[in-house]
Amino acid sequence: MRRSPPPLGLAPSQPGPQPGAAPEKSEKLSASLNPIRPHHFGYDQARHLLWRAGFGGTPAQIQTLASWGPEKAVDYILDFDKAAADPVSGDLFDADIMRPASAEEREAYRKAQRAQDEDALAKFRQERQNRERSDRSQMTEIQKWWLKRMIETPRPLEEKMTLFWHGILATNYRTIENSYHMFLQNQMFRRNALGNFGQMLFDLIRDPAMIKYLDNDESRKGRPNENLAREIMELFSLGVGNYTERDIKEGARALTGYTFRDDEFYFDQKNHDNGEKVILGKKAPLDGDGFVKAILETRACSAYVARRVYGFFVSELPPIERLPDRELDPSVRTVLNGLASSLLGARYDIKPMLRRLLLSEHFYSPRVMSDQIKSPVVLVVGAVRSLNTPVRDLGILNDALDLMGQNIFFPPSVKGWEGGRSWINTSTLFVRQNILTFLLTGKKPVGYDPTADSTRYDPTQLLAELSKADPSSANDPDRVVEYLLKLTIGRAPPAARASLTEFARSRGGTITPDLVTALLLVITTMPEYQLC
Amino acid sequence: MTTPTSFTRREFLGSSLTLASASLAVPAFIQGSAYALHNALGGLSSAPGVSDDRILVVVQLGGGNDGLNTVVPYGMNQYYRARPAIAIAEKDALKLSGSDGIGIHPAMTALREMYDNGLAAVVQGVGYPNPNRSHFKSMDIWQTADTSATGDGWLGRYFDAECCGYGKGESGTAPKSPKAQRADATDAASSRAQTTDSPGIAIGRTAPLAMQGRMIKPISFESAELFRWAGQDIHASLADPYNRIARREPAATEVRPDSNAAFLMRTSLDAQVSSELIRKAVALRPATAFPGNELGRQLSMVSSMIRAGLKTRVYYVTQGGFDTHSGQGGPQGRHANLLRDFTTAVKAFQDELKAQGNEGRVLTMAFSEFGRRVGQNASGGTDHGTAAPMFLFGTMVKPGVHGDHPSLQDLDDGDLRYRIDFRNVYASVLDDWMKASSREILEGTYKGLAVIKKG
Repeated sequence: MRRSPPPLGLAPSQPGPQPGAAPEKSEKLSASLNPIRPHHFGYDQARHLLWRAGFGGTPAQIQTLASWGPEKAVDYILDFDKAAADPVSGDLFDADIMRPASAEEREAYRKAQRAQDEDALAKFRQERQNRERSDRSQMTEIQKWWLKRMIETPRPLEEKMTLFWHGILATNYRTIENSYHMFLQNQMFRRNALGNFGQMLFDLIRDPAMIKYLDNDESRKGRPNENLAREIMELFSLGVGNYTERDIKEGARALTGYTFRDDEFYFDQKNHDNGEKVILGKKAPLDGDGFVKAILETRACSAYVARRVYGFFVSELPPIERLPDRELDPSVRTVLNGLASSLLGARYDIKPMLRRLLLSEHFYSPRVMSDQIKSPVVLVVGAVRSLNTPVRDLGILNDALDLMGQNIFFPPSVKGWEGGRSWINTSTLFVRQNILTFLLTGKKPVGYDPTADSTRYDPTQLLAELSKADPSSANDPDRVVEYLLKLTIGRAPPAARASLTEFARSRGGTITPDLVTALLLVITTMPEYQLC
Repeated sequence: MTTPTSFTRREFLGSSLTLASASLAVPAFIQGSAYALHNALGGLSSAPGVSDDRILVVVQLGGGNDGLNTVVPYGMNQYYRARPAIAIAEKDALKLSGSDGIGIHPAMTALREMYDNGLAAVVQGVGYPNPNRSHFKSMDIWQTADTSATGDGWLGRYFDAECCGYGKGESGTAPKSPKAQRADATDAASSRAQTTDSPGIAIGRTAPLAMQGRMIKPISFESAELFRWAGQDIHASLADPYNRIARREPAATEVRPDSNAAFLMRTSLDAQVSSELIRKAVALRPATAFPGNELGRQLSMVSSMIRAGLKTRVYYVTQGGFDTHSGQGGPQGRHANLLRDFTTAVKAFQDELKAQGNEGRVLTMAFSEFGRRVGQNASGGTDHGTAAPMFLFGTMVKPGVHGDHPSLQDLDDGDLRYRIDFRNVYASVLDDWMKASSREILEGTYKGLAVIKKG
């Protein structure tokens, strides 16, 4: 499988600042949301931006962004709609596998039940099981489709934001057992990826997958189910401490009748409670939209969203109930306040806030850079994109995501993935190393058909930028090792650099594709490679 | 969280894994087992130099084991009427001393032998309210110990509670002061919890939900060969730079001790040690001959890890194939083979533990996500049903048959009504065997059954 390299970096590449042109390393965490000065934005910063706001970059992409300077680089990433991407068509997948039974089918089933016709009932059960089985395989296909899209998209931030929303507004296929609804939800997240958070919530309370996942289809006037209202307030928009139990009860009433039919939202007027409610101090006969608006009008909502965005792009933060905003590191608190103000100022448009963040001195603080643990998706997608390896078998990659703890469309609970250090333990570390070995060499993990994928990976293209800058250095083991380390882990720790250089020399010292692959094999097992 | 001692991990690694010389610098994963020859729970092991830590081995019988043909109610006529082609005749059923009207499938002679030796307990009619007949849903229910099938795994919650205090889990309450919680959040969420604080080990491609905690994630591998970096097989020369790089100590001059980089370097070092230890352990051939089936292979690996003294307290193994919709057979056939594989593997495991002097330390518990319907279907098999028996093995179980066989007259739409909630069995295992708090871990009060001896 061959694919064109992502066009991020289409512009003619100019020699950017040399690696090492970064500001003096200091351990102080900047509290400033002021834009980074252009002369502080070099290779390291461009590399950091590409990883955090996407899935990493090739040497050419890093150099290009570095040469553009911060404003142009950030805008290029944010204004992704200027790059043409494949539209997602609704008929990519079968919408009808789990369609509701027709009236005739229901009647036939009831008839069999009445007659206690065991054979007919067994057939119904069998047919149901067959459909469930087909739906599960379609779910696997959708997983692979999304993984491929993340790998190939010319709009990395669009997919990264889609992944972000999937992890925050989490729905698990296992509970809803309808792959097409998961697909629809994925499209909804993509549509609102960098859009307006208010719109996201309006869409969310109409999303069949979410309605089903949080039982709102069973919520009726007089018997409201509180699940959706509770999780929206607790996990999606406000955080513990910023609402009362009464707000949840009233919110649940406002959401009654918000259900779906087949694949579409359906407002069930007769099951909707249109009485007066008091939600977050707002008193009116609120419906679902009224409930969302009441949330959006609180300062807590903007602070909460800012905090989640910060946790995803900058540094993991524990859940708000474990570490409230007021107890955060003062510089982080200052930054979060600034982000929340941006969000409010833009009436919940995400982009201006993210722009401010991605341009900020804080975002490029040495303590922030290269200290985020790559999620399994970022690890795999990022490896293919930044090293330009073959895509290889998407099924194996998808299995590996599961083994590493991030089975997409199957987050462990409505809280999404815990993230951060929870990704890492002794067994996931080996899976991480082995999936990189697969990407680089085609050697499949144990347990698959043992014939290796024979597509060869040519790593020497990565060295093009090095030879461009200094033709002789591309044959110098020490320079090549340093260059590869700077590309993959952002720095060149002396001990690792020495071991690798020694290894390269022991293999004759001539820089062949095999030697570069061998170096990358070892480098990608490094603990530091798990960071971005 | 590197312990400042006179021995570094690097020196430990250099000492060719001689435990006696390693002092406190041994990673938490193995620390303890080799030293803790005594502990408060008292002398369970029969051999000197063997740890007394209690171990739980969970055997998952995947696919829905047909309980009615496993523990056979030959005293009930309805059984024969419902299953004309596949029922086990009274003369074929193996009788269990001390219980009337029920016997076990004739393929389970190994179980009867363990039963006769006081090593096996049968718990009848185990299930839960509003049974779900989907494999996935019902398995999740058993694994989360929650009938909504959501939240962390029940054994994961056990590990979370042991490591970090209860309340860190998915739906945990907050028993601690907010301040203590926050201290944990930064501390536990950082280094201690997610390194190899003796997590459970699951043999299999992916770790089961049951073992997934919020803080503590299990180690899982299908074969020990997967628990290592495969890149070194591509060219022998890669092993040397790999080992040097993977086993670096996080130097304070290079990385902040509380940084993710330092955490990763420590975990990487632990992974190398664990990998070596586990692979060395499973390379040891057990003294007992295990049957060649999949469960036998898995339990043989577990017995070797126990013998090697890993500190692991929970192991999880799986036997699949119980989804016998068609041609399940009677005294012989498909279901018979499954039951033979299951019980001969467990018997070999018990024998091996005895030979090691570890049999008093290990409790084995077997379950399936549901039983099957009372009536056979048109294909000579059975469809998804409800309640089924569970099994417990070990010298510390109260041997015998616990609970009554579910009624075949009082059915729920052709299905058995459960008599014992599986969470009562879990509660006994947690409280009486693991000495943990089932009330906290299961988030509810489940009265334990008297299935474990006092000790």
